[in-house]
Amino acid sequence: MTEKTLIKGARLLGGDAADLVLADGVITEVVAAGSTTEVSADRTVDADGLVALPGLVDLHTHLRQPGREDAETVLTGSRAAAVGGYTAVLAMANTNPVTDTAEAAEHVFDLGRAAGICDVQPVGAVTKGLQGEELAELGLMARSRAGVKVFSDDGRCVHDARVMRRALEYVKAFGGVVSQHAQDPQLAPYTSCCHEGELSGRLGLPGWPGVAEEVIVARDVMLARHTGSRVHVAHVSTAGSVEVVRWAKAQGIDVTAEVTPHHLLLTTDLLEGYDPTYKVNPPLRPAEDVEALRGALADGIIDAVATDHAPHARHDKEHAFVDAAFGMLGLEAALSVVCTVMVEGGLLDWAGVARVMSASPARIAGLEGHGRPLAVGEPANLTLVDPSATVTVDRDASVSLSRNNPWHGRELTGAVRATFLRGRATVLDSALALP
Amino acid sequence: MKKHLLSIDDLSRDDIEALFETAAEMHDVQHRSVKKLPALRGRTVINLFFEDSTRTRSSFEIAGKWLSADVINISAKGSSASKGESLRDTVLTVTAMGIDGLVMRHGASGAAHQVAGWLDVPVVNAGDGMHEHPTQALLDAYTLRRRLGSLEGRHVAIVGDLTHSRVFRSNIKCLAMLGARVTVVAPPTLMPAGIDAWAKDAGFGTSWDLDEVLAEEPDAVMMLRVQRERMSGGYFPTAREYTVGYGLTRERLAMLKPDAPICHPGPMNRGLEIAPEAADAAASAVLDQVSAGVAIRMSVLYHLIAGPNEGVTP
Repeated sequence: MTEKTLIKGARLLGGDAADLVLADGVITEVVAAGSTTEVSADRTVDADGLVALPGLVDLHTHLRQPGREDAETVLTGSRAAAVGGYTAVLAMANTNPVTDTAEAAEHVFDLGRAAGICDVQPVGAVTKGLQGEELAELGLMARSRAGVKVFSDDGRCVHDARVMRRALEYVKAFGGVVSQHAQDPQLAPYTSCCHEGELSGRLGLPGWPGVAEEVIVARDVMLARHTGSRVHVAHVSTAGSVEVVRWAKAQGIDVTAEVTPHHLLLTTDLLEGYDPTYKVNPPLRPAEDVEALRGALADGIIDAVATDHAPHARHDKEHAFVDAAFGMLGLEAALSVVCTVMVEGGLLDWAGVARVMSASPARIAGLEGHGRPLAVGEPANLTLVDPSATVTVDRDASVSLSRNNPWHGRELTGAVRATFLRGRATVLDSALALP
Repeated sequence: MKKHLLSIDDLSRDDIEALFETAAEMHDVQHRSVKKLPALRGRTVINLFFEDSTRTRSSFEIAGKWLSADVINISAKGSSASKGESLRDTVLTVTAMGIDGLVMRHGASGAAHQVAGWLDVPVVNAGDGMHEHPTQALLDAYTLRRRLGSLEGRHVAIVGDLTHSRVFRSNIKCLAMLGARVTVVAPPTLMPAGIDAWAKDAGFGTSWDLDEVLAEEPDAVMMLRVQRERMSGGYFPTAREYTVGYGLTRERLAMLKPDAPICHPGPMNRGLEIAPEAADAAASAVLDQVSAGVAIRMSVLYHLIAGPNEGVTP
């Protein structure tokens, strides 16, 4: 028996204000604001002026456990997720050891349930050890207690066309999806770290050309068509990839795509000062690509926002730029970035935000109980957002263990005020509500 | 002058003139039998080289020693990442010994820039990856000035592997600042990404055709080293084909104005990018560059470490 919560006056998906009652893990009442008769709630949350969204779902999170517990753990990453408004995250497989067996997947799954702050759903590796050669035990992971449905070698591309074909065919048997890190390693070796263009030429940094992503996206949608399977493109970063996905969807190919908050706002010129905080894979792209990504997210060609939250210990970023670790934090600021870029920018309304940050990612990942409408009988996974709050990001205020925060010092609009996981408050007044 | 010399961007035209003026005085010292100046007596300079180097390191070493500094060479080959130590920890460790200046070479672009942000002592970039090598550009320009007089309006051709060249990246800025007109020549595969926009913005020319550029009778040519391992990277098919397209061959030597200086930062691949006849031609400036290198580095160390108000004239 969980506590009963009354939320008063929240604007459902930015629309009409309503009172909601959460009890026993589900939404038990949704009525016009001010008309609730609920009097026995353990807690009342004044949500006047706040927008209620279904709890956010992140298709792409690196929680670093097992292996790099100094950078993040399932517990600390779950906290960061909750503070960011998330009720479910997909934990990428590139841990040490790699999540490429049922046992490894169940380990991560159990750590998530023990933390109890958001639903941690492990992603399984496509190939053993992320080596790109032999299929990992996809079926055993799918049948495991963790119920893995999304498979990815993220960090590495499944670049061998034959292996990719077999993976796509194989996961059809249990409704799985392959999430591809699209990077042709011949065109963009894993040392590539700066968008290939004038700036990479000037800075003398190894170029990462957009075409190295686009050729893999193009190949994979053709493989998805050929196999009749489903492919998901992780962290789409170029206008060219958007064009390919647009074409593929028009053909009826079963493809979905995600974009990160950083690719929606940050541009390649930030690399000018060689600050490894801005080193990420795929790299930050020029403004033209950013524009195309925003447009594609607005019109549904890109289905979801996914953070690619990638915590790193400070010393792993204090190397020369080409030697430093790839990745940046994302969970805590994602909603604010999307609010600033997409809502303030007039490209999405709050219903659209709910679609790209909750409903679509939940559907892609096959997560039942998440991304649902805010209606009676639905699981009480939701987040309350102050749409007009202005926040200046302070990396030292983060609940993540890491500080590789590209948003530090930036002023963003929109702040998560509260998060509820199956009716239990994980965040209240923008702070963790759980030990 | 700024505290560090990380890029030619750190220098103004006046800074370059001041460095050249001091270098000219230092250059005279090289011809004395007693070469020591007391300018940096009691100062310690560390040459921290993460990448192999013979000429640049010894040039900085001699420069420091002739200024009476205590010069320590540290070879830290292999990336610090592979040894598990962060770059920041490595340089903080070295500077904690109590030093007055750090001369650093690193295989990664931007490394000197990052290090300067962590340290209080002046940092001189002795080459960072494919990014910059400012003292090389200064010594090249200094050499050309001694040969040609003013560089204002002079046409300089830079030929070779531009993509991987920090010498090119520093030279393009330095020569432009001194008023020279530069054309860079390379096959398309050895041109950096986005060079057209860059060239337009920075006001230099680009060409895939060396003969066409030489037909314009440039006032100087600068040949860049081409590493043979670039062939395995598929940048060009064979050494022979490279030489035919982009080498300063005997035939092309004959196209040059007789007094046009021929520069090469070394080490030279004789027979690949430069024919022996060109390397040894009367107009060759290759050894002048080496000698100017010591003078320029003395000047840089003097200006950055002794500072302008130290009262010790060179």
